[in-house]
Amino acid sequence: MDLTEALQEQVSTSCRRGTSLRIVGGGSKAFYGRAVEGEVLALGEHRGVVAYQPSELVVTVRGGTPLAELEQVLAAEGQMLGFEPPHFCPATVGGAVAAGLSGPRRPFAGAVRDFVLGVRLLTGRGEVLSFGGQVMKNVAGFDLARVLAGSLGTLGVILEVSLKVLPKPPLEVTLRRRLPPQQALGAMAELMGRDLPLSGLAYDEPFLYLRLSGLPEVIEETAADLGAEYLPDNRFWLDLREQRLAFFTAGEESLWRLAWPPAAPNPDLPGRWLLDWGGAQRWLRTTAEPDAIFQAAAQAGGHATWFRGHGPADPVFQPLPPQLFKLHKALKEAFDPKRILNPGRMYEDL
Amino acid sequence: MTRRDAMIRRLQAIVPDEAILRRPEELKPYECDGLTAYRRVPWLVVLPEHESQLVRILKLCHDEKVPLVVRGAGTGLSGGALPLEEGLLVSLARFDRILELDPLGRTARVQPGVRNLAISGAARPHGLYYAPDPSSQIACSIGGNVAENAGGIHCLKYGLTVHNVIALRCLTMEGETVILGSAGLDGPGYDLLALVHGSEGLLAVVTEITVRLLPLPGCTRTLLAAFSTVAAAADAVAAVIEAGLIPAAMEMMDRPAIVAVEDYLQAGYPREAAALVICELDGPEAQVEAEAAAARRQFERHGAFRVQVAQDEAERQRFWQGRKSAFPAIGRITPDYYCMDGTIPRHRVAEVLAGIARLADKYGLRVANVFHAGDGNLHPLIMYDAAAGELEKVERLGREILELCVQVGGTITGEHGVGVEKLDSMCRQFGEGELRLFHAVKQAFDPRGLLNPGKAVPTLARCAELGGMHVHQGRLPHPELVRF
Repeated sequence: MDLTEALQEQVSTSCRRGTSLRIVGGGSKAFYGRAVEGEVLALGEHRGVVAYQPSELVVTVRGGTPLAELEQVLAAEGQMLGFEPPHFCPATVGGAVAAGLSGPRRPFAGAVRDFVLGVRLLTGRGEVLSFGGQVMKNVAGFDLARVLAGSLGTLGVILEVSLKVLPKPPLEVTLRRRLPPQQALGAMAELMGRDLPLSGLAYDEPFLYLRLSGLPEVIEETAADLGAEYLPDNRFWLDLREQRLAFFTAGEESLWRLAWPPAAPNPDLPGRWLLDWGGAQRWLRTTAEPDAIFQAAAQAGGHATWFRGHGPADPVFQPLPPQLFKLHKALKEAFDPKRILNPGRMYEDL
Repeated sequence: MTRRDAMIRRLQAIVPDEAILRRPEELKPYECDGLTAYRRVPWLVVLPEHESQLVRILKLCHDEKVPLVVRGAGTGLSGGALPLEEGLLVSLARFDRILELDPLGRTARVQPGVRNLAISGAARPHGLYYAPDPSSQIACSIGGNVAENAGGIHCLKYGLTVHNVIALRCLTMEGETVILGSAGLDGPGYDLLALVHGSEGLLAVVTEITVRLLPLPGCTRTLLAAFSTVAAAADAVAAVIEAGLIPAAMEMMDRPAIVAVEDYLQAGYPREAAALVICELDGPEAQVEAEAAAARRQFERHGAFRVQVAQDEAERQRFWQGRKSAFPAIGRITPDYYCMDGTIPRHRVAEVLAGIARLADKYGLRVANVFHAGDGNLHPLIMYDAAAGELEKVERLGREILELCVQVGGTITGEHGVGVEKLDSMCRQFGEGELRLFHAVKQAFDPRGLLNPGKAVPTLARCAELGGMHVHQGRLPHPELVRF
């Protein structure tokens, strides 16, 4: 169903009155980011696949389309979303793009924003605008479509998004190898530097997990060469993506995400680690102070996110240097001058 | 003292005198970029060597409200580096060092003036390379690649520049340093890293670029397939993708291009073909062998009358040499040619090529097509004679071709950018609301509108003059926005 008109009217009314809106798709990522006060702008019924031609490797869907529904439509044609977004149940496509989270395939296939080709969005002024398109290469105008990925609804409401899709590999298998934690990063760096059909590389103590994707004969050859143990299924990656592994569920400590130089050692912080993305995304369960974590991340040239366990007004995302924050505020002003869309979800003054 | 002399004096306090070019013979080489149809001798050229100098130049220009254009190697094809009449041309040619190469982290941190190909050269001993390969890669600089979000033949599989850069160190027009992205695979806050890519030098000045390096593919196979109709070739390209293959490159040429290339260097292409497809697969050997066989089956099934797999590196190079020499080959048979750049959905290729032929007939001009079929990025080459005063006619034909691209759901530029060349076509692709937001984004970064003004985004007034939008009683919406 196309609810563009109703949504536009609600945003325009809020814009006139200067009242805040809280954008809600499936509500699966309500925990993510800072709390937003405001009237609900419900996207859940604004759904449906608008255009899909498998040979173009592009699908265009409305923002409220359930992610699971889109994945089924693609699977029927032997295709998939290359960024393998987490659902955390019942997620929508718009929410997946706005949250900007990518799954284990990210270092091999690309991130959410890498697959965003175009958007139709509703700005904080209540205007419906289109950026990007449905083709792979497009450099006309500023790339405002990709900027929406990970903007948590603070710049605009994603009415429609065109995503590049990928063919599903003919076969995927999961291997694991027991490895002491101090050898994990070295092993990952070595594997990432080789031309292997990898599509997942993670370390959950005491095992290094590898996912191989491709033709059966190629996988067989590679697996033999790597000398690791086959697992009966690929459930590990789904459980990793959906944060259902014991690492995520056991214990009370906060969960942090660190985007990190892949080969750099872990910072000196207390807690338990799980390494994904060949070391470029690290999960930390810890009771350490947020300041210490943000500082450690900045020192390494990475950044940290307080993923779960924070309070509604806690700082969730890496504090930005003043010059960079100034650009963020100016950009917010360009899209949403009255600050009505998800205000404060990302940073307090944004 | 003139404004220009005053500027020279103030620049002398920042850079050595020899880094300020001012005499006509010094300025002349900078009058255009790769698009030679537009030329303007610059007011002044400055060649800073250090970031600290660049910061002071930016602050000076900001305070004095002097606009500037930042230029890399000057290989751009849309006039994005066209100088200003009263503004600085800042060349980053001296920012040419590879600062750090981290084989374990598979990244390289480089200055913007480093040539694209030099990065892969430095990475090769570590078994790594930098994937995006614009055809000008031997000369073009990585900073320019970022400004244009440059593509190349490998885009379908490996993406554009934006997909292969993880961090940028930038200066704002106010001379403030910002780091976009991070040493991880993403950055905090808004994805300004993506926004700066393809912004054609309008938002910030990039001083350092951290690129992602990939392992060199273990094996490469190249196929050449010849078809008797363009439609059959286009169907075959779609079939390869539908079969689940993502070739590293899939290029197409039409008959005028094939004949020109054969006359030029005898690449061994069949002259009787209406269209040729070059398809390259790379990756682990067993995978590539299987995929090459699958691609061959698809080509044969869709009516290829000849399919050849390169038997060795020499033959592979020969296949490619023809494609890569297509531009000079066309240059041999016409006094001038104009290279267009639009992208369309792949399934409209045959229809759009037929449309281009019709339009070419209408204008009485010849057009040859060589293009990236894998991602629908067309490069019609319009042949003409500038001396015979044909340029204006060529530009009209070019605009009509781009309109056709937009009509079928495509875009007016796939990889060359808008620059000054396609300002008018922007009015066809975007509405007033979109253009207004572009201007607002520009203002967010550069409130005084001093960075590369007059490029990439047309003013609303310009679009109105073209009949692209309705302006009531000469009043534009949001007069408070700076127009550039």
